[in-house]
Amino acid sequence: MAAEAKKKSDYLVEVHDLKEYFPVKTGWFSTIPLKAVDGVSFNIRAGETLGLVGESGCGKTTVGRTLLRLYEPTGGEFYFNGELVTDKNIQPLRKEMQMVFQDPYSSLNPRMTVEDIIGEPLDIHHLYNTKSERHDRIMELMELVGLNAEHATRYAHEFSGGQRQRIGIARALAVNPKFIVCDEPVSALDVSIQAQVINMFEELQEKLGVAYLFIAHDLLVVHHISKRIAVMYLGKLVEIADADELNDHPIHPYTLSLLSAVPIPDPKTARESRRIVLEGDVPSPLHMPSGCPFRTRCRYATERCAEEMPPLTDRGRGHMVACWEK
Amino acid sequence: MAAFNKAQVKEKMQENEEDVILSVRDLHTTFFTDSGEVHAVNGVSFNLRKGKIMGVVGESGSGKSVTAYSIMQILASTGRVTQGEILYKGQNILHYNKKQMDAFRGDKCSIIFQDPMTSLNPTFTVGWQLREALQLHTEYRTKDAANKRAVELLKMVGVNEPESRIRQYPFELSGGMRQRVMIAMALACEPDILIADEPTTALDVTIQAQILELMKDLQKQLGMAIILVTHDLGVIASMCDEVIVMYGGRVCERGTADDIFYRPCHEYTRGLLRSIPNVDNMKEKLVPIGGTPINMLAMPEGCAFCPRCENALKICLTEKPEELQMPDGHYAACWMNVKRAYEEERKEKAGEEVHA
Repeated sequence: MAAEAKKKSDYLVEVHDLKEYFPVKTGWFSTIPLKAVDGVSFNIRAGETLGLVGESGCGKTTVGRTLLRLYEPTGGEFYFNGELVTDKNIQPLRKEMQMVFQDPYSSLNPRMTVEDIIGEPLDIHHLYNTKSERHDRIMELMELVGLNAEHATRYAHEFSGGQRQRIGIARALAVNPKFIVCDEPVSALDVSIQAQVINMFEELQEKLGVAYLFIAHDLLVVHHISKRIAVMYLGKLVEIADADELNDHPIHPYTLSLLSAVPIPDPKTARESRRIVLEGDVPSPLHMPSGCPFRTRCRYATERCAEEMPPLTDRGRGHMVACWEK
Repeated sequence: MAAFNKAQVKEKMQENEEDVILSVRDLHTTFFTDSGEVHAVNGVSFNLRKGKIMGVVGESGSGKSVTAYSIMQILASTGRVTQGEILYKGQNILHYNKKQMDAFRGDKCSIIFQDPMTSLNPTFTVGWQLREALQLHTEYRTKDAANKRAVELLKMVGVNEPESRIRQYPFELSGGMRQRVMIAMALACEPDILIADEPTTALDVTIQAQILELMKDLQKQLGMAIILVTHDLGVIASMCDEVIVMYGGRVCERGTADDIFYRPCHEYTRGLLRSIPNVDNMKEKLVPIGGTPINMLAMPEGCAFCPRCENALKICLTEKPEELQMPDGHYAACWMNVKRAYEEERKEKAGEEVHA
């Protein structure tokens, strides 16, 4: 693909039509696919943050995990730095792509010391020659995320949630990645600790130039940290735009209701704003509605929406929306 | 100290006595654990007025849920209210016997828990669980009457097809639906007080919006008072008439939502507001509160927030700040206010001397 080679300098991460179906048993011999991610495409530049938001079960975590090949994708292509990522070359590429998990309580091995947790990626990718080199690198990483040197010999259970998340981040940074998938990294933390971790993500990006795919359900947090935001609904991207643009001029009816549902921590705004309360629940991904998945809860839905899934179209300034009516 | 009306909270509490439906005075709740005594609640006082929504906000370990459980008397076996009074219409419920307490729970005061999956019984149908509450507490004693009423209740909380829902088990329902069932159960006996302990924390934003709207509507319809316990300042801003900010088992600040959000007078409230992303600070760096949440086993001697406070004074280390009334009428417990008032007074005096 010549076109892809040309784009190489433009984007660090290019995802085309990514699909991830999980087989679900419905009987003794029959399975049906659960379309967790169904044709998602997006790009991320080096050193940029793309926020990915949506309700639980919309497939945002699956996108992140499929990119890192924690799941085998059902379809689609993923180019990293212009190189097509396949099963064969994923091992060395894992050095470039890392992940920070949601739950800092279950994502750290309770039987390893902090030093070993952070050092493990260094061991796997053979990034040191001598023991002292390994130790120095670990100390450097711990300082980077604001942990004290004396914490190195402790175990994960001795730390608070915010500090554990710092250990997780240090582990992800150990191999000098260019791209980190952050899967709800602050949602398990207390409000007063969230800000510490968000600030750290921002500072590390300035210092090291890493790109983030920042997955979260808290729209205010995502808006704060992201340059661009993508909105997912039932495995499909419905809107992607600059963070401010999306916040000020949302187009897709789902984005509109999502934004209006966010409780704004400001009594005056809360009194004045009118909530667009969505009817009903998210449909089961096993029995997806035909056409646009949002049509069952959409006020503007027409017959066309039931027939065909609208494609993402550019509405100017890189504001992409998938909707027939808006 | 001209700026302060040093008249204490207690005096204020005696006003409009008829309005007050629940009055908590100087509540202390302690858990006696193997590793020591955990003073989860240390002297919390508040008045809940008829038909008002009172928000209790704070991070984990601030004692907000324990306060709620103390009112319902559903503390874990190691926990005990060691001091203080909980007055429901003038009667101290701490002196109630088991029978009286059973009548109080559910009938007068109900609670909704955070996680609707673990607080519904997975082995019984939704209808069975609703009937249980109805048959115990209301005049719907027969199965048919209770069933009919259960359908009505489910309809009221916006559950679609309630007739078939009552035959379903909790696992067959979505998170939002389960929380609606919880609310229906809580409202079964039309209580005067509804305690909602993080009712929307486990839910998605769009479902959260539905549940919050529902609670607001029902509150208007039935005129009950709600204690809304949450850590989400956004939920507080959109729902509450009155707000209590808690830290380390104590009340830092109390006032209307506007007081708390626009004129915060406690260092913790200020820090909390600075540390959350808001519409106005999208382009700026957030200002986090340093340090880690409080360790309840090793409470500081003075102000609970002092180890994390940037502006801590010497006195903060040794003495607990008293709750004082601010010039605009709301209350805060922070030594900084005393310092500020003292400085202002000195400035005024200096000004007078110059004039003279």
